[in-house]
Parts: sequence; C-alpha cells; structure tokens
Amino acid sequence: MSTTTAPAQQPSTAAEQFALRRQSPAQRIQHVLHAQPALSPLLVLIVAIVVFSLVNPRFLQPQTLSILFQQVAIIAALAIGQTLIILTAGIDLSVGALTVFSMLIMASLASSGGVPGPLAILIGILVGTAGGLLNGYLVTRINLPPFIVTLGTLSIFLAAGLLYSGGSNIQSTALPDSVNWAGTVIQFGRFRITTGVIIVALMAIAVGFALSQTKWGRHVYAVGNDAEAARLVGIRVNRVLLSVYTVAGLLYGVTAWLQIGRAGSASPNALTEANLESITAVVIGGTSLFGGRGAIIGTMIGALIVYAFRLGLSLAGVDDQWRVFATGVLVIVAVAIDQWIRKVKS
Amino acid sequence: MSTTQNEAGYGTVNGVDLDAVQQGVADPSTTVLSARKLIKTFGKVIGLDGVDLDLYPGEILAIIGDNGAGKSTLIKACTGALAPDSGQLYMDGQEVSFKTPQDARGAGIETVYQTLAVAPALDISANMFLGREMRRPGVLGSVFRMLDKKGMKDAAGKSMANLGIATVQNMGQAVETLSGGQRQAVAVARAATFASKFVVLDEPTAALGVKETGQVLNLIQQIRAKGLPVILISHNMPNVFEVADRIHIARLGGCAGVITPKSHTPTEAVAIMTGATTLQRG
Repeated sequence: MSTTTAPAQQPSTAAEQFALRRQSPAQRIQHVLHAQPALSPLLVLIVAIVVFSLVNPRFLQPQTLSILFQQVAIIAALAIGQTLIILTAGIDLSVGALTVFSMLIMASLASSGGVPGPLAILIGILVGTAGGLLNGYLVTRINLPPFIVTLGTLSIFLAAGLLYSGGSNIQSTALPDSVNWAGTVIQFGRFRITTGVIIVALMAIAVGFALSQTKWGRHVYAVGNDAEAARLVGIRVNRVLLSVYTVAGLLYGVTAWLQIGRAGSASPNALTEANLESITAVVIGGTSLFGGRGAIIGTMIGALIVYAFRLGLSLAGVDDQWRVFATGVLVIVAVAIDQWIRKVKS
Repeated sequence: MSTTQNEAGYGTVNGVDLDAVQQGVADPSTTVLSARKLIKTFGKVIGLDGVDLDLYPGEILAIIGDNGAGKSTLIKACTGALAPDSGQLYMDGQEVSFKTPQDARGAGIETVYQTLAVAPALDISANMFLGREMRRPGVLGSVFRMLDKKGMKDAAGKSMANLGIATVQNMGQAVETLSGGQRQAVAVARAATFASKFVVLDEPTAALGVKETGQVLNLIQQIRAKGLPVILISHNMPNVFEVADRIHIARLGGCAGVITPKSHTPTEAVAIMTGATTLQRG
C-alpha cells in the first residue's frame, strides 16, 4: 500500500485557508523570540547603552566600562549557578548566604587559622560545594520544594557564617596574596580588567558550553521541561538535579574567593542583595522561571542590563531609586514576554 | 452458552496457528514475547488475574478492553513499569524479568506513553535522542563531551523519512510548536528507531482528529513493514480493526479471548469485551 503521507494539499476549507494566512508582525516576533529568548534582553541592553552614552558620553569610555565589568562580575558569577537551578524549574534563595559562608571560612582559615592561602581557598570552595550538595540532597531525597529548602538553608548558612566568624570583618591586609588575587588589575589598553572578571567570563563560557553542547546540559533542560518525561526516557532525574545544585554550590564557592578580591575584605554583611539580584539577572536574561528554557548568555546580558542601568542612571545624575524602579519594571516585562513566547504555535 | 467462534476455527495469521493460540499452548520459543500466568494485585483489587499474552514476529497485536479491564496493568507488567506478583515473561523463548522500564528498553522494547514523554522546549532531534545522545567523534567527543548535533539531526530526519512522516520537515523545530499528531509521530518514530524487539503504543490516537489518526495508523503499519511487531492498546474499535492482525481482549483482569479482524466483527468484539458474549475456548 502507499505509505508516504500525501504532500501538503491545497487548502480546501475556509479553516485551512485561515490557518495558512500570513502571520501578523506580532506572531513573527513571537516566533523569533521563541527561537532566541536572549534576543529581547540584548535589544534592551543595546538601547540602554545607546541612551546612556547619549545622555553622558563618559558612559562608553573604557574607564567607565571597566568599572561596569568589575561591578557586575560577582552577581554575574552567582547568576550562573542560579541559571542552572532555575533551568530545572527550581530556585536558589541561599545563594548569597552560602557564598558569604564560604567566604568567611576561606578568609578566617587564611588569616587567624594560619592555613596556607591556596588550601584555604580550596576548603572554602569545598564548603560552597557541600552547601550546594546539601540543597540538592534535600530537594531530591527528602522531596522538598527548592523554594522551601533554600529558604531554610538561607538562614542556616547565614547563621553558620556569623557564628563561625563572630560577625567580624576580615581585611585584605590580614590575608595572603593568593586569597586577594582576584582583585589584581590587568591593563588591556585603556581597559582595566581584574583577574576576577576574567575568571567569571571563563566560568560563564564553561557552563554555557556544558549546557548547550553536552549530554548533561541537554538533560538539565529535559528535567526542567518535564521531569516525568525525562524519567520515562531513562534520564536519572534526581542525579541530574543533585549535580545541578552541587555545581551551583561549587560556582558560589569560587565566587566567594572572587568577592574577597573585589571587595578587599571578607565581610559577613556582604552580598545581602545577591539573592534577588541574581534571580533578577536570570529572569531579565530570558530564562523561564518555569524551567527548561533559557541560556547563560541571556543571564550575562541580564546582569549587564541591571548594572548598566545603575551606572548609566548615576552618570545621568538621576536618583538611584529610579534604578531600582527600572529594575522592577524590567523583571515584570521579562516574565510577561516569557509567558507570551511560551504560547507560541506552529 | 453463546459463542462467536466460527466453525472453522481461527485459521492462521502470519503462519501462526490461532487455534493453538486460543488453547494457550503457544511455545514461547516461537513468540517475540510471551507472558504466562501474570498476577498483579493492588491490595484487595486484582489487576491481573493469571493472564497469558503472546506476541508473534511481525504482527500488530491490539489489546482492547473496558476501563479497568487490565490493559494498562498488563502492558506495564510486560515493560518493567510494574513488577507482577507472580508469573513469567519470555522473550524469544528466554525467561526475562524487568525491574524498571530501562531494563525493558535495554532488552529492545520501546514504549510510547500516552503522555508521549517529550520535552516540549527541545527540538525534534533532541527529543528523538533524549537519553541516548550521540557524541562527536574524536577528541571533541571523548574529552570535551560534545554532542554530535548534526549527526543526530541527520539521523532523526532519516528515521522520520523512513517512516514516511512528511508533515514534519525541520528537525530543529521545538516539539511544542508541533500539532498533536506531529508530536505523536515524533514519539512513535523515536520508539520505532530504537526498538529492536517490539514497540508498545498506549492509546496513540486517543487525542487525535480523523486525519491525524489516519497518519498514525499508517505509521504503525510502517513499523510492522520494517519487521517490528507492535502492541497497540486502544479503545477505538475502527482503528483496531483497521490495522491489527490479532486482538487480545482484556476483561476483569484476565483475557476474554484472542480474535482476529477476520474472525469477528467489531460489534462481537465489544460484546466479548463487555461480557455480553463469551468466547468459547479450546
């Protein structure tokens, strides 16, 4: 018998003709954004840069951009881990607390603890990794929602950090060079880039590569799309989730080290806004809070948008509250766009 | 007792003596899959009451039955999704036991679930190879663990073309942008591509319109033409009578009989299914 499906037939009914009508401009935009969710934040970033540089030409100068990169680096780094977790339809509220906890352990071991710098850094990173593993364990084995798990560990890590450090600030002068290394400035022409910024860029490239080019990355997306479907095709969902939380913890541990170099101290009061800022960067960057869609490149653009607004508005002499205001608007617009493009039809 | 069995017995289908099948004496070495005396209870509820099932090479075996007749339980017990309390499973004459769906997949059985088990935001080729991704050859694959996206896309396109699926052309299209029938086609193509023993389809046409149903039925016949037997679970009598070689009628956790579209009419099948008629055995 004939086996091939008939080629596309001429539309015969009114409904079929209707289905073949030309797409409206809005539908075409919807399709483009569906295929490339990072496109809308990229447009926002470009428009913001153009507007801010018109208002104040200093905005595009290498010195200003160097400051922008240094300011954005820490939140961008934390947002990488946050992206991984949000891609699995989770959320991490403990990101700031865990980073500060790792940082305080790293710094006190290296200063009053007398542990050699590189070893203290390694232990600090391992503490971050273990914290991520704990989050992942609670999510996968005890089956608790990520929101609740990380809300709990937020307080736990915060308290543990304060108890361990006694609430005191450790200055960079009390720390070995290796612990402060991420603040080292490298001159690229008129750009002043810190080693920390370069490490963040490398982290973004490595995780972006793993997400888009490896089996593990594909499984992260599959779990975020539909965990039950992923299980049915043989993906070990809990193992993927555990790896995501653990890798996020590892990234936070590395960021703890970068934060010491950036701030010139290890303070228990650092990164108090890191939770919301990292989630904001992820969401503005086009990653869906419902999981399964998004990319690291979007998150990097999202983080840049938040800090470009901050710097641009302050250069324009506008009250800083307008930056907060604009961030709020961007978050709502970003999620609205996400809702819209998820309704895309063939 | 009324009977719908015809005088001449069942004859043969694909060289299989159906009279022998009716008497439950099929030799497991002649079948692709044989289940013997499967029992599964859920507390006091009896899911399977000592069911036998035989799947022969190159056939489409439909399993029909009322809600709660034990169709799904039977198929789950055969594909590792449920562990039967007792009974035996044979594949190609060898006794097997599956503890997980992955065991059954490993043995060459592919199941298309009603939910389809696809990741909506991922594209067609990613879904075809989900859980079985191919890596690039050489250092890029072994050291950098890079996916062979092009290879998977080409292979996905080839399997879709082999199955005569012309409605889907772009393997880079996200599955969520496809119609219900196209999604079903992707899930069925995935199963057909990776199954080495047989394919199980759970209500593949339940959510589809007439035209798309026709396409999926065509696809099922394509799979048989490739030499893979198919187990088709369906409520839809016209569909079953259109494509099935034999029809296993599940009833009250047991089997009310195995008929063929030639030996019985759909009305008789419904009568057996609902218990209005009983099929005389042996």
